[in-house]
Amino acid sequence: MKSFVSKLCGKIKPLSLKEYRDNGGFSGFEKALIHMSPEEIVSLIKDSNLKGRGGASFPTGLKWQLVAAEIATEKYVICNADEGEPGTFKDKVLLEGCPMQIIEGMLVAAYAVGASKGYIYIRGEYPKSIDMFKKATNILKTEGYLGEHILGQDFNFDIEVRSGAGAYVCGEETALIESIEGNTGRARFKPPYPPNYGLWGRPTLVNNVETLANIPLILSVGADEFKKYGTAASSGTKLISASGNIVNKGVFEVEFGVSLRDIIYDICGGIENENELKFIQIGGSSGACLPEKLLDLKLDFDEFNKHAIGLGSGAILAVDKTCCILDFVKMNTEFFIHESCGKCTSCREGNRHILKAVERITNGYGTDRDIEIIKNIAKIMKESSLCGLGQAAPTAILTTLEYFYDEYKEHVEGYCSTGVCELKGEAIKHG
Amino acid sequence: MDLKSNTIEIVERIGYTSDKLIEILIEAQLLNEEHYITEEQLKIISKELKISFSKVYGIASFYSMLSTKKKGKYVIQICNSGPCYINKAKNVVEAFEKNLGIRIGEVTTDGLFSMEYISCFGACQIAPAVKINEKIYGNLDENKVKQLVETLKKEAI
Repeated sequence: MKSFVSKLCGKIKPLSLKEYRDNGGFSGFEKALIHMSPEEIVSLIKDSNLKGRGGASFPTGLKWQLVAAEIATEKYVICNADEGEPGTFKDKVLLEGCPMQIIEGMLVAAYAVGASKGYIYIRGEYPKSIDMFKKATNILKTEGYLGEHILGQDFNFDIEVRSGAGAYVCGEETALIESIEGNTGRARFKPPYPPNYGLWGRPTLVNNVETLANIPLILSVGADEFKKYGTAASSGTKLISASGNIVNKGVFEVEFGVSLRDIIYDICGGIENENELKFIQIGGSSGACLPEKLLDLKLDFDEFNKHAIGLGSGAILAVDKTCCILDFVKMNTEFFIHESCGKCTSCREGNRHILKAVERITNGYGTDRDIEIIKNIAKIMKESSLCGLGQAAPTAILTTLEYFYDEYKEHVEGYCSTGVCELKGEAIKHG
Repeated sequence: MDLKSNTIEIVERIGYTSDKLIEILIEAQLLNEEHYITEEQLKIISKELKISFSKVYGIASFYSMLSTKKKGKYVIQICNSGPCYINKAKNVVEAFEKNLGIRIGEVTTDGLFSMEYISCFGACQIAPAVKINEKIYGNLDENKVKQLVETLKKEAI
């Protein structure tokens, strides 16, 4: 375990500016504002090799450069705190543990890209975080860190706290922007991307909470020191949210390069009740289900890419042998049926039809054709959905089909080895 | 003050621009003990913000935290996402159904409790978890659910 981005969480009073400053808070921003040009900051963040921590792992410095390069009378910085991916609760630790660090990250970002207004969009399920940010922004306004002529310089920036209202899709950046504008959270067609055409049509930078929390630290320690953490492809640390059938559940900060096995058996203390692990789902409900044999994979963007897996938000759900793959996939698909915004056909209809086929199988009426139907729809959704939600929704299906095909097959033959499904249909019964 | 003037007061306080609509609806819902926004309120907000009624209704029905239908005084929201599912959320659903005599999506006849599914709210380290109004309860099993229902019933009286 490491203590870098979360080092102040639980150590200082979250709303004490004095304690935050005594622990090095705002030194990064002061350095940036007084001694560095916006171009120098963007190039520092590029040098640091920081990649987005929200799920898509887009290079942060490049995103900043795109927004900085736009010429506009108004630009916006948005902190995406709509942490909705099931099994993910790492941003909450930062939001409630050290809100000022995130605001400092937003201040640096705003100065670097030339924005004067910021929004933090916090999911409605986190009322404590919303309350804390409202208080933190008020304190910082009084103390001259937000508002006009910040620290006596020619730089103005203000932050508005916005609450989500219970919509997973709003974690998608264009849906989030729509929601801030007061609309239903439905994703926009991309391109244009938010750096060109974002909030109210203006250039907009959208960064995840954990990404922004890294910024003040990178400014303080420098890019080279930051790159000492992690691997060549993935610099720094990652917050992992661990849940499911494991002994120690919770949020842990780890260095990139650690193996999944070490996370599960060392940091999280192994599987509950000394059961055997069946698979882990990495990155939340939109993530891949990996069998035990892949646990030696290292937490690294490049290594994950080789297996065509995304690290996602860093959620790890450990599942033991008592779980039925088909029942799990059913639950997972029901989640996406509920959360699909309904704008594009492949996501809205695809999830429903996958569920129908899965239910035919778990009810004992399934045939090989149903497995084919599931596979085909999943592929279509992945390729033709409008936004990340629909594209990633069938990930659990495609990966379980790859690694647990036998279990699909046994259900079609009328048998559930875990005893979860009550197959009452007319499939060929086993002996 | 009545519901109408209270709702107008919320709009005055938060602002008349269309981007404030969601925030206004969240606050407007807090005015009702049954955790929903009445048609009257939707009409008032539509008129005050000069936004079509269909759009206001569209927003209120799109977001899970907003409701246009009456709920119980205590809204029991049971997480059915991955981590809670793995930690046997199904048993929690059954326990609540048994102790309250209602199914998911229903309201008790005395209007005290309603039950619904909710997507992950980030209490996975204490799964299976439920949210009742603003409060989160975790590590639930049949016995704890029974005790919880009894405590809430007493609290309500």
